[in-house]
Amino acid sequence: MFATLRIALMAIRRNVLRSFLTMLGIIVGIAAVIVGVSMGTGAKAEVDKRIAGLGQNLITVMSGNMSRGGVRGGFGMAPNLSIEDFDAIRQEISQVTAMSPEAGTTAQVASGNQNSSVRVSGVSDEYIDARSWALKSGENFTAADVRNASKICLIGATTAKTLFGEGIDPVGQSVRIKNAPFTIVGWLEAKGSGSFGQDQDDVLLVPYTSVMKRLSGDTKFRFIFVQAESPDAIPLVQEQLKELLRRQHKISDGKDDDFMVRNQQETSDFFNANNRIMTVLIGFFAGISLVVGGIGIMNIMLVSVTERTREIGIRLAVGARGRDVLLQFLAEAVLLSVLGGGVGIAVGYWLAPLLTQLFQFPTLISQSSVILAFTVSAIIGIVFGFFPALKAANLDPIDALRYE
Amino acid sequence: MPAVIQLEDFHKTYRTGEIEVRAVRGVNLIAEPGEFVAIMGSSGSGKSTLMNTVGCLDRPTQGKCLIDGVDIGSLSRNELADLRNRKLGFVFQGFNLLARTTALENVQLPMLYARPRITVSEQNRRAAEALELVGLGERMDHTPSRLSGGQQQRVAIARALVNRPTLLLADEPTGNLDSRTGIEIMGIFQKLNDEGMTVVMVTHELDIAHYCKRIVVMRDGLVRSDAPVTARLNALEEIQKLEAEQKAVQLNP
Repeated sequence: MFATLRIALMAIRRNVLRSFLTMLGIIVGIAAVIVGVSMGTGAKAEVDKRIAGLGQNLITVMSGNMSRGGVRGGFGMAPNLSIEDFDAIRQEISQVTAMSPEAGTTAQVASGNQNSSVRVSGVSDEYIDARSWALKSGENFTAADVRNASKICLIGATTAKTLFGEGIDPVGQSVRIKNAPFTIVGWLEAKGSGSFGQDQDDVLLVPYTSVMKRLSGDTKFRFIFVQAESPDAIPLVQEQLKELLRRQHKISDGKDDDFMVRNQQETSDFFNANNRIMTVLIGFFAGISLVVGGIGIMNIMLVSVTERTREIGIRLAVGARGRDVLLQFLAEAVLLSVLGGGVGIAVGYWLAPLLTQLFQFPTLISQSSVILAFTVSAIIGIVFGFFPALKAANLDPIDALRYE
Repeated sequence: MPAVIQLEDFHKTYRTGEIEVRAVRGVNLIAEPGEFVAIMGSSGSGKSTLMNTVGCLDRPTQGKCLIDGVDIGSLSRNELADLRNRKLGFVFQGFNLLARTTALENVQLPMLYARPRITVSEQNRRAAEALELVGLGERMDHTPSRLSGGQQQRVAIARALVNRPTLLLADEPTGNLDSRTGIEIMGIFQKLNDEGMTVVMVTHELDIAHYCKRIVVMRDGLVRSDAPVTARLNALEEIQKLEAEQKAVQLNP
């Protein structure tokens, strides 16, 4: 075994340039596999991170139903979750640690001579808990503020920067939302861009009662966020939510829901569907390039067998069995493709971060993809090396010795 | 002790398409241990076919060929390979060394295929020993391209000896060498033969054949004559003679 490998290595060293060119196909293929899979995993990790950023054990109830047959209403429909729905959830569903509706509107917000168009979200006092959002300074508003529709707000990091400047604590300051003065009671930590790509920090959080009464006049919510007390409780809470809302909305049996209840896993699957298609596509092209690389190896091995017919003759004459010659050429093919695979992996490791740097494309090299790439290259060596090796092993020693 | 080679009514017929070539048509030949046989004949006489069969690279179409008592007609491809490995050493006209491979590694080649396996240190030791024997102890790490023809043939002889065969087969071993180097190579064969090695060689040159002990002449697939060498040459003496002549030329320009 060791001797066979040594002979194979010697043969490869004898013709470095050709060996390298032979490996090139495999190098490109394996590098493509590594980079492609790393793009897939990177994108998925990014989505998962953002979804997790929504909050822990979070269940989202959305108005409308995107998957309803025929009419694809979805987000475009008028909000249809009411305060009664929200109160019913609060009263009837246990195993919930925090919940909040969201009544959003976009409004002109001004402070001093600065002004900006900002998303104003009407939420309950439990909202920042449900979404695991921390305060940099100040404090959250209270249930009493919600009851009283107080004119107070929490300010997002981006909005604070726009209106008050970098690094200045805005707590205690006042902003005018549609010309109504609101006092800032809390400054939110930066959260980064959200799962839809928007800036989550360009926001004002206001008691939902204030939004409805003073700003938008809406009476319905687009979202209700519910935080289950543990991951195990999620399915049960989801089930209860569906049942309760169908009852609330008086949907008779057999009719579709006019709302959607999604947990984070489902939301993540929804966004990852595209990533999966991309991964499969890249995998497909990488596969083609690996097959081409394999054919390249077979080609060179066939040339090599012909070129070294005399050498094979000598080996057979001094007592090599057909199997010894077969193993030697097979080892050479496998060594070539595995070396190519190794270089390909290295190129992939170098290329993936470069891709992230140049195109801001998230990449993540998983260990399993490296193992996969290595195994695949070994298998390619065996598959495409077998035919030339068999040809070598079946040579007649007399003819081989006479070959010029 | 069985005969090293025993051919009984040996026939070999090749078929290339429609044409049937009867290369050897009934040869009986026995070589006892310690013999030194030259096989001569023009091309097409069947001597190469005979050598290929005796070298266990081929099997008779008819008749028997026994090598050291083993009938090779009944052996499989693998068994033939093992027999070549254990009992035969080959020396070719074109040396047939592996290029870009050191002398030592070339000599190790037959040991790579030995069964049971030989350890690497034992391989190194035996290969070095064989190279010392042919007088190349100082050039073990040279590749064939850095060796002269005579030196390459010495490496080939070392390779043929390294598995301690019972029979040394040489196919025109001096064919590619100048006459003086040819005589040196014959000197090595004579020395090996004196130590008990059975040697069979094919040659065109009658004066080279006179270093052997017995000459077999073939023509048209049959043995035409088989006789001991009467005026046998001694390679050492011949070289001394050559050197004396050279000196004489230098002294009297």
